[in-house]
Amino acid sequence: MTKMLIGNVKDIDIKGSRKLRVGQTEIALFRLSSGEVRAVENRCPHKGGALSEGMVCGSSIHCPLHDWRIDLHSGTVLAPDTGHVTTYEVEVDPATGSLYLTI
Amino acid sequence: MTALRKQLVLVGNGMAGVRALEHLLKLAPEAYEITIFGAEPYPNYNRIMLSSVLAGGTSLDEIVINDLEWYRSFNIKLYTGHTVTAIDTKERKVHTDKGITAHYDELILATGSNPFMLPLPGAEKEGVIAFRDIKDTQIMQEVSQKYSKAVVIGGGLLGLEAARGLLHLGMEVSVVHIHDYIMERQLDEAAAVMLRKELEAQGMKFLLKKQSEAILGKKRVKGLLFADGETAEADLIVMAVGIKPNVELARTSGIAVNRGILVNDYMETNLPGIYAVGECAEHRGIAYGLVAPLYEQGAVLAKRLAGVPTEGYAGSVTSTKLKVSGVDVFSAGQFTEMDGTKSLRYQDETEGVYKKLVIRDEKLVGAVLFGDTSDGAELFSLIKKGENIKGREKELLLGISPDALASPKGNRLEGMPDDEIICGCNGVTKGTIAEAITSGGCTSVGQIKACTKASASCGGCKPLVEGLLQLYAGEAAVTVKEGICGCTTLGRDEIVAEIKRMKLMTVKEVMNVLNWSHEEGCAKCRPSLNYYLGMLWPAEYVDENESRFTNERYHANIQKDGTYSVVPRIYGGVTSPAELIKIAEVAVKFDVPLVKFTGGQRLDLLGVKKEDLPKMWEELDMPSGHAYGKTLRTVKTCVGSTYCRFGTQDAIGMGIRLEQAFERLNAPGKVKLAVSGCPRNCAEATIKDFGVVAIDGGWELHIGGNGGINVRATDLLCVVKTDDEVMEWASAFLQYYRENAGWNERTAQWVERVGLDSIKQALESREERLALQERIRHTLSLTTDPWKQIVNTPELRKNFEPILSPETV
Repeated sequence: MTKMLIGNVKDIDIKGSRKLRVGQTEIALFRLSSGEVRAVENRCPHKGGALSEGMVCGSSIHCPLHDWRIDLHSGTVLAPDTGHVTTYEVEVDPATGSLYLTI
Repeated sequence: MTALRKQLVLVGNGMAGVRALEHLLKLAPEAYEITIFGAEPYPNYNRIMLSSVLAGGTSLDEIVINDLEWYRSFNIKLYTGHTVTAIDTKERKVHTDKGITAHYDELILATGSNPFMLPLPGAEKEGVIAFRDIKDTQIMQEVSQKYSKAVVIGGGLLGLEAARGLLHLGMEVSVVHIHDYIMERQLDEAAAVMLRKELEAQGMKFLLKKQSEAILGKKRVKGLLFADGETAEADLIVMAVGIKPNVELARTSGIAVNRGILVNDYMETNLPGIYAVGECAEHRGIAYGLVAPLYEQGAVLAKRLAGVPTEGYAGSVTSTKLKVSGVDVFSAGQFTEMDGTKSLRYQDETEGVYKKLVIRDEKLVGAVLFGDTSDGAELFSLIKKGENIKGREKELLLGISPDALASPKGNRLEGMPDDEIICGCNGVTKGTIAEAITSGGCTSVGQIKACTKASASCGGCKPLVEGLLQLYAGEAAVTVKEGICGCTTLGRDEIVAEIKRMKLMTVKEVMNVLNWSHEEGCAKCRPSLNYYLGMLWPAEYVDENESRFTNERYHANIQKDGTYSVVPRIYGGVTSPAELIKIAEVAVKFDVPLVKFTGGQRLDLLGVKKEDLPKMWEELDMPSGHAYGKTLRTVKTCVGSTYCRFGTQDAIGMGIRLEQAFERLNAPGKVKLAVSGCPRNCAEATIKDFGVVAIDGGWELHIGGNGGINVRATDLLCVVKTDDEVMEWASAFLQYYRENAGWNERTAQWVERVGLDSIKQALESREERLALQERIRHTLSLTTDPWKQIVNTPELRKNFEPILSPETV
């Protein structure tokens, strides 16, 4: 488990996303309207679509390729499709807005 | 937990075995720890689709049924490229050629079949192959690059599909067949002759009643010698003469085999804990080589392994469809005449249609269809059900019945077999939908969509889903008023009216005030609302980038691998050497993998990394071609009177003027225009959203055309004299479309829905046209080029960059 400083919450637009690469893994970061930042593996379990390019609705992300929906808290694919993506822990420092990712 | 699970080993990673496992995992996901051994180095793929791969249009990736992620998600141990060499049936262990040993409590043999290779002298030469797996397909593709002549031995289903594929790859193809007509196992002579003529018209050659004697050549094949002394030249010989069940492993392990591995109605072999399923299995004397029986067997086996009661497998009636483009062939059951059968035939050589029904004891036992196979599913279902058809024979043959005319949909659906696909986008069968209604309790199309995904993609099958709902739910079926998406029950017109009435100004406000069921909406309603608000309040509304689709957010077209494409605007398809040099230089500098001319007369730079997009736009210094959004795409033009000897008007000039006027226009759907300089219509203006065709002394204006899935020719709106009038009518039409169509509704669908007359009426008065033109001008005056805007705004530009080098803390 490694904890990394990856930037500031302001680097991500609200309902927007950024991506980053750690080793072989590409990670998509999302900033929800609630202010929370979520991180998941940037790969839809369906056909490998880049989730970072999708649309954030509430706390789920719609894959840009075929509109699969994935819950950003649990990483679970929402019905009627099934599957799962890896989620990662992200902390936002309330004072500075610094973003920490644990992988 | 894991220790309690029984060990299940599957030998053979193909369609039959894996399908059985999929079924088992649904019934008893926790029961077994599963290990799979597959000899081929791939995950489970759809072997049936190999002919589509060969014929082009389908890639190998697309035929993978279960990708590696699927195996991982069920914790299945998968050994690809491993051949199981021995089964120790006493110790319950299997051994592989790579030295792996696995214990099993239950063992499934799904070893499939091997192509039958004729033992001809010379069969070992290079260039002699079967048509069975991905490797064979790859060899055919490689050979077609270097050589020209192919011979396929075997004029059956597989042989013809292989031959069609080779033809598609540009080879000269001859099909050698021992019988006097092709596909004799599936067709009668009349249908076979019609099929042969059709294939000959496509370029295939046939050598019938030919017995192969030897393969000629030194190291590589050069030709084929026949028993009658004649020869055929060949650089490639594909043997497609049949398959034989792969029973070697079972035989050497002491399992009872005949032609296939012998199984009872529960797919059990003679040894305890060992099952066989698929092409390798022989049930009541039959080893099946088609996919439907394998799936039926898999379902029985899955139930057996899950401890769910099952009546067992009672054998299958099979049907055949030939997957060759431009040819529709269907046959099922006992299709040749025998003692005690009577048949009805219909043959129409002008239309190329042939139908035959074979009847025994007042029941339909077989059918052959050529040219028009739309009744295939219904006939197949009648054969399987074995019901009495006395008095209906002629109706079935000719497809006309008083009942069917009264309610054709209901009748057809009732007779359709459960495994027929209703929703082609998501692969949902009739059976799945029926189950969702009868046991899943679905009572509306919306619920069926949510539960099974049927009609969730293109929506083309919605009438069939509605029909099934009526059929199975009957009185219980409810027509739920469907909103624009699952978040609301309001339709487009109601929403637009409410936004206007209450002067709602943001997406969030609309959702709150109109009681959206999902707080932040979905990928369907968010872009719709964003469009309606922008259309209604062009000056005040602040466009919500986050409510636009990927393509419109990043102003580029996302590709399947996550890269993007860049298409700069080239007005009217007219460019200059200097502009071309600039585009080429940018393509070289950014290492663009593919440069392609689009269908709309411009250049597409494909495979661009997202982070390179702003840099490329900056260097190109050209406006965005908007090749990605629901907006004006291109205005296609022909040369017109500028050079063409037939041209009656300046098509290029008119096209450029239209493109410059309407570029950056947001619309409900994409909008394509074209201008042709004479009625020869080289710019194909009559399949565009707005098409302009020059005539001597004026222009014809056409609307509502489409060249996509449902080709629709335009309707003529009117004829005008001057260029200014073209602009006036185009502006009025486009603005009227913007104000009245639903989001994602193309002009073609919209014209069909509201009717040409209503549009003509709305645009009839000049006063109204000028008012519409003024509104579209106002909207367009507020737009800017998105590429320039992003290039010059760091806050927007950052979203294209990945976050760099994180530091560990």
